[in-house]
Amino acid sequence: MSDISSQLQEQILTAATEKRPLQIVGGGSKTFIGRQVEPGQEILSLDSHSGIVSYHPVELVLTARAGTQLIELEAALAEHNQMLSFEPPKFGGTSTLGGTLACNLSGPGRPWWGSVRDQVLGIKMINGLGEHLRFGGQVMKNVAGYDVSRLQAGALGTLGVITEISLKVLPKPSDSRTLVFECDADEALSMMNRRAAEPKPLSAACWLDGKLYLRLSGAHSAVAATAGYWDGEPLEYADDFWQQLRDHQLPFFTTAGEQPLWRFSVNPTARMPKLDGHWLIDWGGAQRWYLGRAEQGQVDKAEMERLAATAGGQVSLFRGGDRTAEVMHSQPEAMQRLQQRLKQAFDPDGLFNRGRLYSWM
Amino acid sequence: MIQAETANRKRNRQALADRFRTFIDPEYVISDDETLKPYECDGLSVYCEMPMLVVLPETVEQVQKVLQICHAEGIPVVARGAGTGLCAGAMPHPEGVVLSLAKFNRILEIDPLARAARVQPGVRNLAISEAANAHGLYYGPDPSSQIACTIGGNVAENSGGVHCLKYGLTVHNLLGVELLTVEGERLSIGSEGLDSCGADLLALLTGSEGLLGIVTEIRVKLLPKPEVAQVVMAGFDSVQTAGDAVGSIIAEGIIPGGLEMMDSHAIVAAEAYAKAGYPVEAQALLLCEVDGTEEEVHEHIEAVEALFRRLGASSVRTSHSEEERARLWKGRKSAFPAVGRISPDYYCMDGTIPRSQLAHVLTEMERMSQAYGLRVANVFHAGDGNLHPLILFDANVPGELERTEEFGARILELCVEVGGCITGEHGVGVEKIRQMPKQFNDQELAQFHRIKAVFDPEATLNPGKGVPTLRQCQEYRSLDLNIEPNAGAAAQHSGRCNHE
Repeated sequence: MSDISSQLQEQILTAATEKRPLQIVGGGSKTFIGRQVEPGQEILSLDSHSGIVSYHPVELVLTARAGTQLIELEAALAEHNQMLSFEPPKFGGTSTLGGTLACNLSGPGRPWWGSVRDQVLGIKMINGLGEHLRFGGQVMKNVAGYDVSRLQAGALGTLGVITEISLKVLPKPSDSRTLVFECDADEALSMMNRRAAEPKPLSAACWLDGKLYLRLSGAHSAVAATAGYWDGEPLEYADDFWQQLRDHQLPFFTTAGEQPLWRFSVNPTARMPKLDGHWLIDWGGAQRWYLGRAEQGQVDKAEMERLAATAGGQVSLFRGGDRTAEVMHSQPEAMQRLQQRLKQAFDPDGLFNRGRLYSWM
Repeated sequence: MIQAETANRKRNRQALADRFRTFIDPEYVISDDETLKPYECDGLSVYCEMPMLVVLPETVEQVQKVLQICHAEGIPVVARGAGTGLCAGAMPHPEGVVLSLAKFNRILEIDPLARAARVQPGVRNLAISEAANAHGLYYGPDPSSQIACTIGGNVAENSGGVHCLKYGLTVHNLLGVELLTVEGERLSIGSEGLDSCGADLLALLTGSEGLLGIVTEIRVKLLPKPEVAQVVMAGFDSVQTAGDAVGSIIAEGIIPGGLEMMDSHAIVAAEAYAKAGYPVEAQALLLCEVDGTEEEVHEHIEAVEALFRRLGASSVRTSHSEEERARLWKGRKSAFPAVGRISPDYYCMDGTIPRSQLAHVLTEMERMSQAYGLRVANVFHAGDGNLHPLILFDANVPGELERTEEFGARILELCVEVGGCITGEHGVGVEKIRQMPKQFNDQELAQFHRIKAVFDPEATLNPGKGVPTLRQCQEYRSLDLNIEPNAGAAAQHSGRCNHE
């Protein structure tokens, strides 16, 4: 619960003078994400840069230091019956707000309630020049200047050190229930998309092991009435199911062992790629997890990218596999140049998370 | 000397027009003053400038060529949609080309199952919803100019509307764009999925006011049309109570589709104009629209009505038909022309504040209103804190426009002081460039310039907009120090028009 931003600034300035790269670490729960960086890099720890700076429930705005754990935020919000609507995954419990934004991680409700990037209103960050800067604001609408806050989503800390984040939060829905339908993946995709086009309180749609799970959230009367129209088998302990899905604690994830876990972010209506192995569909079809069968050996990344592109999106090697190679979807040369120049605009000496996102960043 | 310059300028203009006419329909390369005239300003007509040329290309290849030529020659390029913007973001550059995307007006694809549409930038905002209507879908953001404004302009300004609290701004409703860089190179940003690998460039481009690239195609999300929408109107004896009522709705766990507030000046003007049945004696009026399933709307409307009564609303009325809903909204939607009727001119501001500061900000504004001798009416997107003060003035009274602009500038500075910002949805453009240093320090502005340089190192895309140079900031500061009250500092902007 302290503000160590001036210490962070000092450490960055020293590193800049000595041209030493820094590895940004929050709660250390997501070290598996991105590429494996060269060993021996100095750690820039935001673990103790934590605490809620302000929280105004009736404004629906919360501001917290980047190292604040999601658990702490959720507890504070729950006191006012509010929530982080992007349902951020907690990999191991120590996950922080800053890391969640840097990795752009959102849970099952994302297509309906927005992603962490969507809910960000403003940030403070330290760039590679050691300057502590503020962008965006603590109000719902702010279009002055470039949107540097949302730009950080997915950058994996390569553009700077996020030190503080202001977020839009939402009331918890007063009721929620989950319906289960037995069907194959193609049927599930069709049903997910058809249901999502109806003006009903759908808030999550996932398919796994021959079962489609649809979550309804909202006013009690609306949830009950929709559950009546849609039929389906009610799921007991539904909250546990969605929690385990978001935190990757379902057996699909926990029993994967050494198998590489691929993440497809694609058109929600795209047909399932013809690929043997184990699939989990989330986000109403827009996010699909794939575990290649171990006996098949290494899956070719270029082939995976081709499948993702056919499905209108991208793929990344989320966990496992060869992490010294590229793990994110490759970028066309023009994009690569643009992103390198953008990196330089924020971090001219290339201090932050060198090589974590792409080998060329 | 001036004559020689003018002759020179005319020659350059002719030569460039001839070059463009080799690959663009000659009719769509505008080079005569009379036809150029309508392009001299956008919706904020106090700022205007005649462009050197206007081009209306019809294909991406033509836009590409225009950009390549302008890049090679160092000619400024100002992209333009319908010209409905309110910050002079599309004001031409005197030595530059206005790149109108008006011919890019086709809806390329509606995918009802994926709930997405692929459109060209010159498509009108409302046309997307009209095309999606057959599938029970619509496009969320609804700026008040939605009949005329284009989606390309919406992307450039990150436009909002009255439904932002629940459905978000433009940035929340995009999936991807096709972009041409200043060099004319094609880039795809975003995808058909909900996110892409790496830093979020789509967010960076949204609201970048035409300074980073030219968008030639946009993929937007479509939403299912709510089954029902109902609106509750309530009059209050004080702004404070109305503000508290807004907070109480949120505390109740209800996120209304729209939540608008008007002050007494706006109520009176709107009622006289629209005859919507507004309580003209009230100090503040709230319009709270709840949308969703029938069951949900029923449940929430009852809660909102009860809450308004409990908080002492002087009148509460709920719409029970589409006609009644439309009538209640008509007053709010016609607030601008209504105010236009009680004053020769009005100037619309666009600050955002934390809602808790509303009573304080309105009191301060009333005090300034008296000091400047100018009336001000307020309409407020109360749900998301976006304030639109309308300053009433008469441009024919010497000095009154300058006083109005100064008053407006003070309002924006007040917004920043209470923790808000200088623009919620209209953008910075030329209009608010002077207030940028109030919201951002030199290091932050320098970071903006470095971002700009990544995309446009020679700064030929929409120059002079959005982000002030550090040198301009120094000038503003020294002006602020030396300024006499009511001296009309804003008159020192470039591009100020003399509509006489």
